Amino acid sequence: MPERKALQVAVVDYGLGNLYSVKQACEHVGLGAAITSSKQEILCSDAVILPGVGAFGDAMASLRRLDLTGVIRDIALSAKPLLGICLGMQLLMTESCEFGRHQGLGIITGTVERLQSSDKGGRRLKVPQVGWNHIWRVREWTGTPLGGLGDGDFMYFVHSYYVSPADTGMILSVSRYGVTQFCSSLQRRNIFACQFHPERSGQPALRIYHNLKALLEKAVS
Amino acid sequence: MNIRIIPRLDIKGPNLVKGIHFEGLRVLGKPERFARYYYEQGADELIYLDAVASLYGRNSLLEIVERTARDIFIPLTVGGGLRSVEDIRIVLRAGADKVSINTAAIGRPEFIQEAAKTFGSSTIVVSIEAIRRPDGTYEAYVDYGRQRTGVDAFAWAMRAAELGAGELLVTSINKEGTGKGFDLELTRRIAEAVPIPVIAAGGAGKISDVHDVIAQGRADAVCLASLLHYNALNHLRAEDDDYSQEGNIEFLRQRVRLSHIQDTSLPDIKAFLEARGVGCRWRQPAPANA
Repeated sequence: MPERKALQVAVVDYGLGNLYSVKQACEHVGLGAAITSSKQEILCSDAVILPGVGAFGDAMASLRRLDLTGVIRDIALSAKPLLGICLGMQLLMTESCEFGRHQGLGIITGTVERLQSSDKGGRRLKVPQVGWNHIWRVREWTGTPLGGLGDGDFMYFVHSYYVSPADTGMILSVSRYGVTQFCSSLQRRNIFACQFHPERSGQPALRIYHNLKALLEKAVS
Repeated sequence: MNIRIIPRLDIKGPNLVKGIHFEGLRVLGKPERFARYYYEQGADELIYLDAVASLYGRNSLLEIVERTARDIFIPLTVGGGLRSVEDIRIVLRAGADKVSINTAAIGRPEFIQEAAKTFGSSTIVVSIEAIRRPDGTYEAYVDYGRQRTGVDAFAWAMRAAELGAGELLVTSINKEGTGKGFDLELTRRIAEAVPIPVIAAGGAGKISDVHDVIAQGRADAVCLASLLHYNALNHLRAEDDDYSQEGNIEFLRQRVRLSHIQDTSLPDIKAFLEARGVGCRWRQPAPANA
């Protein structure tokens, strides 16, 4: 029997973000992972992760400069899993209001909004939110990348903005920061996106990577 | 908002060290083992600081970062002697999630801007080491508290935030390692002045100090060393490790109890805070198959 090589995840490298922790999480669950900005490598992979930290406008400019917007849209339209993490989630949207208006990839209809910097008592909250927060279930997680996680589990967030999808039916979890309740993860067909960092949210959150692997194994068997 | 408790591991060569006022470093053990222990105990993040890099250049820190990042899935900040965008890139490539910069940033503030633009603000922690002067003002120091700069700590904190720092790590050199409590005024004045999170460091000797720096010092996160290390020592069998000849290991051999440091742990600290209405992330039991 010919030996099949490990399932390969392309971690899209557009110059920003800690791609290494994403790669390590993939490898921890037994997935191959390549940090790449090669269109060919992205197209040939079994799944694509769009990570990222930093500013929306800069990130979109980098993706355009590297000529990667088209290939990411193609992956979104295919059956291959596409994961957007943190800024990578926001980039999937139609547009962002971060430092003026910026067009996103337009894969998911919706906008990117800024967190409010006050809580119910009118006290000032730090923006960015940096730290651990709950994710609350708004629809069934079984069979989604969040399958096996608990309602209210803690995840690690670093962000000033959050996504607001037009179709709220795709929202998997919400989280709360001060007066803002926001979409912390969503799924539509092959596309999953989360505002938190599953590769930096402790042992339980690695379930998301395990689920990705299980999904890919099912697809090739 | 949930407060973060962040163990800080000062590293010299292959070892975890701890001193008082950043001087008189004692060898406590292997940093990876402490890191693993704190991860399992519910640490919210970890900070590795190279205790000598600013003075002697690079050492084995990168190998330690690589080994740590491979099986610890919480954010890891690494600092000590990072002077250029390329230095930061190397540390991030080894597995760090954020970097902490101090000396090079004070010498050339635009370094913060370059680093934030290249890697994103949330990757850049600016470390401010301050000494309280007799007249009540605070001066920023560099090189692990050895070198004065003449720069006012509060003005520098504001400037660092404007230049794109994602967080500030604020250490009181006067209090560092003493167990006498945090410098609440230093922490509060900076935390109230900047829009970004402030991590308080230096001086915790008992659990209530942690609560004080959150409630009175307005800290968004608390960085702990002595308060956790000496307790962790009792749980980690140092005898299993092979220690290099370098460093003062007399302390390790003798297992001296420190009268000025309360014997406590991460779960104890979080329980204490939760009971007083301070939100924390609780330890989640790891699923057996993960």
